[in-house]
Amino acid sequence: MSNSNLTRRGLLKTSAVAGAGVALPTIFTASSAAAYTNEPTGSTVTLGFNVPQTGPYADEGADELRAYELAVEHLNGGGDGGMMNTFSSKALQGNGILGKKVEYVTGDTQTKSDAARASAKSMIEKDGAVMITGGSSSGVAVAVQALCQEAGVIFMAGLTHSNDTTGKDKRANGFRHFFNSYMSGAALAPVLKNAYGDDRKAYHLTADYNWGYTTEEAVRSSTEAMGWETVAAVKTPLTQTDFSSYIAPVLQSGADTLVLNHYGGNMVNSLTNAVQFGLRDKQVNGKDFQIIVPLYSRLMARGAGANVKGIFGSTNWHWSLTDEGSKAFVKSFGEKYGFPPSQAAHTTYVQTLLYADACERAGSFQPCAVVEALEDFEFDGLGNGKTLYRGDDHQCFKDVLVVKGKENPTSEFDLLEIVEVTPAEQVTYAPDHPQFQGGALGSCNDGA
Amino acid sequence: MMDAIILQVLNGLDKGSAYALIALGLTLIFGTLGVVNFAHGALFMIGAFCAVTLSRIITLSHEVVDESRTDFLGNPLKVDVPYVYDLFGQQTGETIIDWAVPLAILFAIPVMILIGVVMERGLIKHFYNRPHADQILVTFGLAIVLQEIIKYFYGANPIPTPAPEAFTGSFDFGAMLGMEANQIIYPYWRLVYFAFAALIIGAVFAFLQFTTFGMVVRAGMADRDTVGLLGINIDKRFTIMFGIAAAVAGLAGVMYAPINSPNYHMGMDFLVLSFVVVVVGGMGSLPGAVLAGFLLGILESFASMKEIIDLIPGINQIIIYLVAILILLTRPRGLMGRKGVMED
Repeated sequence: MSNSNLTRRGLLKTSAVAGAGVALPTIFTASSAAAYTNEPTGSTVTLGFNVPQTGPYADEGADELRAYELAVEHLNGGGDGGMMNTFSSKALQGNGILGKKVEYVTGDTQTKSDAARASAKSMIEKDGAVMITGGSSSGVAVAVQALCQEAGVIFMAGLTHSNDTTGKDKRANGFRHFFNSYMSGAALAPVLKNAYGDDRKAYHLTADYNWGYTTEEAVRSSTEAMGWETVAAVKTPLTQTDFSSYIAPVLQSGADTLVLNHYGGNMVNSLTNAVQFGLRDKQVNGKDFQIIVPLYSRLMARGAGANVKGIFGSTNWHWSLTDEGSKAFVKSFGEKYGFPPSQAAHTTYVQTLLYADACERAGSFQPCAVVEALEDFEFDGLGNGKTLYRGDDHQCFKDVLVVKGKENPTSEFDLLEIVEVTPAEQVTYAPDHPQFQGGALGSCNDGA
Repeated sequence: MMDAIILQVLNGLDKGSAYALIALGLTLIFGTLGVVNFAHGALFMIGAFCAVTLSRIITLSHEVVDESRTDFLGNPLKVDVPYVYDLFGQQTGETIIDWAVPLAILFAIPVMILIGVVMERGLIKHFYNRPHADQILVTFGLAIVLQEIIKYFYGANPIPTPAPEAFTGSFDFGAMLGMEANQIIYPYWRLVYFAFAALIIGAVFAFLQFTTFGMVVRAGMADRDTVGLLGINIDKRFTIMFGIAAAVAGLAGVMYAPINSPNYHMGMDFLVLSFVVVVVGGMGSLPGAVLAGFLLGILESFASMKEIIDLIPGINQIIIYLVAILILLTRPRGLMGRKGVMED
C-alpha cells in the first residue's frame, strides 16, 4: 500500500521529518511527551482486560475477569497477596506496578474476532491501556495479538490453546502462558498408550476452525507415532449443536476410539451425544470403546455432567494441585468468590502477575523493555512448577496435566482428577517444529 | 451402504420431529392469526428450560455439614441433601429426580399455555393489522429479550439435563434386522422423542379435525371474516390456539433437553430452520409443515455423511437452504401449500 501512494511531495516530506528525527539529540526524544504508546504519566497505570462477557464462552470470561480483579487487588497490596507470596521473583512489592496504582478497564470480545479487536482498540486508544490481556478463543487471541503488535502495547494471552498463537501467528509483543495443542498431544499419548494400548483405531471429530485443526494434527501425530491408526477425521461446523449425524457412523467405521477435538459448547454437546449413543458401553475389535477430549476444562466438564466420567484429557492447571502456589491461589480466590478457580482464571491471574513483575524488573512499562524482561525468564511458584518463557516464540514451557473425569465427584467442582503431571521436558519442542512453522516473531514495537 | 442409509434416516427422524413440532406451531399461528412469529424458537427454548427449572425445583436442597470430609478450602464439607429425600425417602427421591424430564411435561403445559396467552394478549394482538415486516421485527425483538432473560438467570453454558436412567444406551436396529452388531444403533431416548412427537402431532390434528372448537378454528383459518359474522368469538379461540401452539413448541423443547443440553441460544438455532420448513411445506399447511419437517431433518442428516461431504464439501451447511431455494423457484406455495398463498 505504501508503494502505491508514493509521490514526490510525500517522499520529500517523509525524508525531511526523518532527517530531523535523526538530527535531534537522543536526550530530546527520550523526554518527549510519549516514548511509547500510553506511557503512564500520572500515579496510576491502566490495564485492559478483554474477555468474552457475552456469547457462548461468557461463563469462562466471567471467571477470567474474577481472576483479573483478584490480581489487581493483590498487586495494589490488598487481600492476602495470593501467589505473589509464592512467586520465585520478589520484584513485586504490593504497591502497584513501579509505584503506580493499578487500574483496569474491561471489554467484551463476544468470542468474535472483530468485536474483540474493536474493544481492544477502544481500550488502547480511549482508555490508555498499556497492556491488553484476555480471550477465550484462539481466533480472538490471534486477532487481538496482531492488533497489539501494531499499536505498540503488550498482549498477555489468556485462554488460547491453538499452536498458531505462538506458532505461525506469533508476535513479538505477544506472550502466552497457557499450553497448546502440541503439548496436549505429547502429554496425552503416553498415558493413552498405558491405559488403552498401542493398537487402537481412532476416529476424530474436529471443530472446523484454527484451534480444531492444530489440535487434531497434534493428537494424530502423537498417537500415530505410538502405533494408533486414524480411520477418519471429520470436520464439524462450529455452530453445530446436534452431533448425532456425525456420531452415528463412528461405530460403522470400525473405530474403537473417538477423539473429540471440540471445545466449550461443542464439546458438551458432542460428548453428550456420544454417550447417548451408548458408545462407551460398546465393544469394538475386542476392546472397550473409548472417548478422548484433548482439551478439558472444569467449566466444560460441569456442562457435560456425568458424561465425563472416566474420560481422559489434558488441562493447563487444576485447583486440586497441592503445590504452595496453587494452594495460595485457590485459597484467596475461593475465599473471595466461594468456589475454586478454573484453569482460565489461573492463566489470566498468572499472566497479570508476570506482566507486572516484568515491568518491575525492567524498571519501565516500555513494551520493548518488558519483552526483554519476559524473554527467557525462568520462574516458579505460580502453580505449574518450574516454568520458562521461551524467547524464541514467547511460549511458556511447563508441566502439563493429564486428567480424567472423576468417577465419584464430591461436589460440582470436583469433576476431574489428575492422572499424571507430564514434565515440561516431555512437551518441549524445537521452535521450528513443523506444527509451528511459518510466520516470524518480528521485532518488538513501542508504538507511539 | 444400506446400513448407512437406514442410519441416517433414523437420525433425521428426531431432528425432523423437532422441526415438525416447531413448524406445526408456526403454521397454526400463521394460519389462524396471520402473524409470522419469530419468537417461536424462543418458546421451544423456554420449554427446554422448563425441564431445567423443574429438575432444579425437585433437587432443591439444604446443606448438611459432613465433619468427616473437607471441601476445597479444607473446611468441613457441606453436602447438599435434596428435600425430596426428606419427603419421600432416598430411594423414591432418587427416582423422582431421575424422571425429572418426563415429569416436566406436566409442569410445562400450563406454563407454556400461560406464556403463550400473555404473549398474544399483551403484545402480538396489537400487531394483527400491521404489515408482516412489523410483526417480524417485534417478535424477533421479543425472542432476543426472552433469550437474554434466560441467559441472565441460567448463564450462558449448556445445562446437562439427562433422560431417566432407563433410557440411556441405544437400541441395535442392525441386530434386529439380522446384521452384525453395532452397525445401526439408535439411542433409546431419541426413539422416545420420535414417538412423543408423533403423538403430539396426532393429537393436534385430531383436535382440529374432530372437535367443534377445531372445526371453528379451521373455518376461521379459511375465512376469518365470515366466521366472525356468524357471531362466533373467533379472537378468543385464536388466543387459545396461540397458547396451544406455544405448548407444542414448549413440549418439543422439554423432551429435547436430554438430546442437547439446553442453552439460551438453542431457540435461534431451530427458528431459522423451522421457517424454512414452513416455507418448504407450504405456508399455512399443517400436513405440509409436518412432512417438510421430517423431510428436511432426514436430508440434513444425509448431507452430513462423510461420503457426501467428501464429495461436496460444505453441503451439510447449505443443503436445507438449497432445497428451500429450489422449492421457492419451482413451487412457490411449497409442497402442500394452498394455491394462491405466496404466489401473488
